[in-house]
Amino acid sequence: MILKFLSHTLDNGLEIVAEQNDAAHSLGVGFFVRTGARDETDEIAGVSHFLEHMVFKGTPRRTAEDVNREFDELGAHYNAFTSEENTVYYAAVLPEYQKPTIDLLADIMRPSLREDDFEMEKKVILEEIQMYADQPPFGMDDKIKALHYGNHPLARSVLGTVESVSALTADQMQQYFSSRYSPGNVFVAAAGRVDFDALIEQVAKCCSDWKSQPTVRDIPTADSQTTFHHVYRESASQQYILQLADAPASEDEDRFAAKLMATMLGDDSGSRMYWEMVDPGLAESASVGHYEYLGAGMFFTWISCDAETSAANYARATQLQEQAEQDGFTAKELQQAKSKVIARVVLGSERPRNRLFNVGGNWMQRSEYRSVGDDLAAIEAVTLDDIHHVLKKYPLTRHSTVSIGPLKEWPE
Amino acid sequence: MAPETQVQQRDAQTHLLANGMVLVGEPTDAVQSAALSLMVPSGYSADPAERLGLSSLLCDMVLRGAGTRDSRALINDLEILGVERGESVGVSQTTFSAATVATNLDEALGIYADVVRRPHLPTDQLEAGKLVCLQELRGVDDEPSQRLIQELRRRTYPKPWGRSSQGDESGITSSTADEVREYWTQSFRPEGAILGVAGNFEWAQLVQCVEELFADWKTVKVKPVIELPSEDLPTHIHQESNQCHLGIAFPSVPYCNPNYLRAWAAVGVLSGGMSSRLFTEVREKRGLCYTVSASLHTQRERARVLCYAGTTAERAQETLDVTFAELIKLRDGVEQSELDRLKARIKSGLIMQQESTSARSGAIARDWYHLGRVRSLQEVGTLIDQLTSRDINEFLESHPPSDFTFTTLGPTKLTLPEEK
Repeated sequence: MILKFLSHTLDNGLEIVAEQNDAAHSLGVGFFVRTGARDETDEIAGVSHFLEHMVFKGTPRRTAEDVNREFDELGAHYNAFTSEENTVYYAAVLPEYQKPTIDLLADIMRPSLREDDFEMEKKVILEEIQMYADQPPFGMDDKIKALHYGNHPLARSVLGTVESVSALTADQMQQYFSSRYSPGNVFVAAAGRVDFDALIEQVAKCCSDWKSQPTVRDIPTADSQTTFHHVYRESASQQYILQLADAPASEDEDRFAAKLMATMLGDDSGSRMYWEMVDPGLAESASVGHYEYLGAGMFFTWISCDAETSAANYARATQLQEQAEQDGFTAKELQQAKSKVIARVVLGSERPRNRLFNVGGNWMQRSEYRSVGDDLAAIEAVTLDDIHHVLKKYPLTRHSTVSIGPLKEWPE
Repeated sequence: MAPETQVQQRDAQTHLLANGMVLVGEPTDAVQSAALSLMVPSGYSADPAERLGLSSLLCDMVLRGAGTRDSRALINDLEILGVERGESVGVSQTTFSAATVATNLDEALGIYADVVRRPHLPTDQLEAGKLVCLQELRGVDDEPSQRLIQELRRRTYPKPWGRSSQGDESGITSSTADEVREYWTQSFRPEGAILGVAGNFEWAQLVQCVEELFADWKTVKVKPVIELPSEDLPTHIHQESNQCHLGIAFPSVPYCNPNYLRAWAAVGVLSGGMSSRLFTEVREKRGLCYTVSASLHTQRERARVLCYAGTTAERAQETLDVTFAELIKLRDGVEQSELDRLKARIKSGLIMQQESTSARSGAIARDWYHLGRVRSLQEVGTLIDQLTSRDINEFLESHPPSDFTFTTLGPTKLTLPEEK
C-alpha cells in the first residue's frame, strides 16, 4: 500500500489536500470550513449548525430534493457536522463518482438560503434541540463549558438555544455565510482512491469564481474557572457527573502524551477508572477523554451512576486524579495504552473515510499532513516523563464540575 | 488509475468441527488486520421467566477471568494484543467481537477460547457483575428513543422474542452463582456456535488453530424455547419529556426467506438515504422532526419492520399520521427510480464493506446463522443487480404492510390511526 500526500491552492486561496491510496476501493472527500460556534456572537448563537442544515436545502442549480436525490443516486455515504470550530461536509463514494460528487458538494457550498426553506428547517433544528434536552447529559455539556470558560469563545453552544435559533433571520445567516465561507477559510480534503489531477480540475471548475473575503478568528487565551454546580432533575434515572479541566491544545506537542494519559486514567476499558469504578459495578460508565481545539484543550471526565453512589464516585475520581498527579503512572500502563492506541490507529486507517477525517483534521488544526506512520511514531516516542510533565502543567484536580440527576442536593 | 471498482472475488471458506461448531473465514491479503466474531447460542430468549437478564449477567461474568488469567490479566492481555473488542447479547446468541493486527489473531483466539470454555465465574465478583447489569438497565430509562424501541418490540413480537437483553431488576438481583454456572453449562456449547474470521490470515493455519482450541468442547442437550402470545400492554407510556416518541411495527419476512431482499429494499425506499420517503415527507416537507426512520429487524424465524419518530408533543399527532400514511402508501408499490437510487447505495456499501474486516467477520457469521452458508459480496451484488421494482411490488402486493403495533412514549396520549 503506497500512500502519497498531494496539495494544491487555487488562485482565490482555496486549498486542496489529499492522501492518495491506489489500493483503496473507495474515496472520502469533504469540504472543511474553518467556522463553528466559537465564531458566533450571542445574537446569532447556533447559526453555524443551522447553516450546515441549510447547505443541503438547494442552490440556484438545484432544489433541496435534487440535492438529496443526487447524493443517493451516487450511492454516497454522506453527512455533515458542526463543532465549536469547524463545519464539515463529506461523502464516501466509489472512485468512478468522484466528478459528480465534487460537482454536487461544491455547488451546495454556495446555497440559496431561501426564506421558506429557512423557516421550515428552523422547525427541524428546534426539534433537534428538544431531542438533546431529553437525553443525558440534559444540556449540561453546554453548561459546563460556560462555567469553565466564562466568556471565552469555546464556551459557546453548537446548537444554540430555542430562543436564539427562533430569533435568527435568513439575512443574519446570509451575512455570516458571506464572511465565513470565503475560499481562504475553506479547504477540500480527500483520501483513498482519489484522482488528484482530476480533483484539482473539478474543484477549480466549480469554485474558482468564489469571491474571497478576509476572515478573522479570535483565539484568546482561555482564563478558565473552577466551580461546582449541581442540578436536580427528578425525572432522570441516573446521576451524571461531568468535569472539565484544561489540557494541551491542538497546536501543542504535548497532545500525544495527553491522549495516552487519558487512556491510562480513563479509557472505557482497562484504565484506572475502569478498574476502580466500572468493573466493580459502582458506575455505569466512568471515563476521561482529551479534546483539542485551537488555543485550548480539554480533559473531559464523564461519570454516570446511581444517585446514591454519586458522591462516593466523585470522591473516587478525585482520589485517582490526585494519585496520578502525585505518583504518576507505570511503564507497564504506558506500554498497554500505547498498544491499544496504536491498534486503533492501524485499524481505523484501513477505511478511506477515517483517513479523510484524519487528513482533514490535521490540515484544519495545523495545516500539516501527518501519515499513519507519523502518528504511530509520535505515540511510540511518548515517555513517562512526558506524561508526568502534562499532569504537572495541566492538573486534573483543577476542574469545573456539573452534576445532574435525581439527587436533590449534593452532599457536603 | 486502476480499472473500475468492483466487488473483488473473495470466497468464504467453511470448516465444520465434529462437535457441531462452525468456522467460516474470508481471508484477504489486502489488509493488515484480522477480525473475529464468535457467536455462542446463549440468548435472552432462553432466560428463565423469573431470571430475565441472566444471559447478560453471564456475558459480563465470563470476562471476569478465564483459563490461566484472572479478571485483570484477561482484559490487560487483550489490550496488549491491541484487541478492539465488544460483546452483545442477542435474542438467541451472545457475540464476542474482536479486531486486531493480523499477527495477533491466534493469540486473541486463544483468549476467547478460554472465555467461552473455561471462565472462572468468580463468586466473589457476582455482586459486581449484577451491579454492572443493573446500571445498564437504569441507563436505558434515560434514553427515551432506545426505551421506546424496547417497548415496541415487547408489544409486536410473541414472547419471548420481544424481550430486551437487559432483563429486569428482579431477574438480575435474584440470580445466584449456581444459576449463572448452570446457565453457562447449558448455553455456552459447540452446537450452534459460529466463529467468523475475516482479514489477513492463512485458512489452513486458522483451521488447525481452531481445531486445537475447540475440538474437545463437549456437546450439551438443551430444551427448545417455547413461544407464547405477546404481552397485552398499554399502547401509551407516560413520561415527562420534551419530545414524544412514536413507534410503529408490522410483520415482515426474515433473512432466510427468499423474499428477504425484496422486503429489505421496500424498507430502503421508505427509509434509506435522504431522498427516502419518510425523510422527505416527515422531515423535509413538513419539518416535523429531526429523527424519523424505519428498519427491517430480523430474527431467524420472524421479522418486523420497526419505525421510529421523535417530535415535540404538539406536533406528535401529525407526525404519527403522516408516518402511518407512508406505510399504507407503500402498499401501492415503489418506483423504479427509487429502487435505482437504493441499489447505488447498497452497491457502494458492499464495496466499502470490503474495507472493514470487523464488518465482514460479523456478516459472514450472521450469514451462517441465518442461511447455513455464506454469501460472498459478489453474490449479494448479483442478487441486488437482479432486483426489479416489479419483484418488490409483487412482494408488497402479497405482503402489504398491515397488522400494525403502535407504541408511544411521552407527555401526551395520541389518537391511533385506523388500519383500513
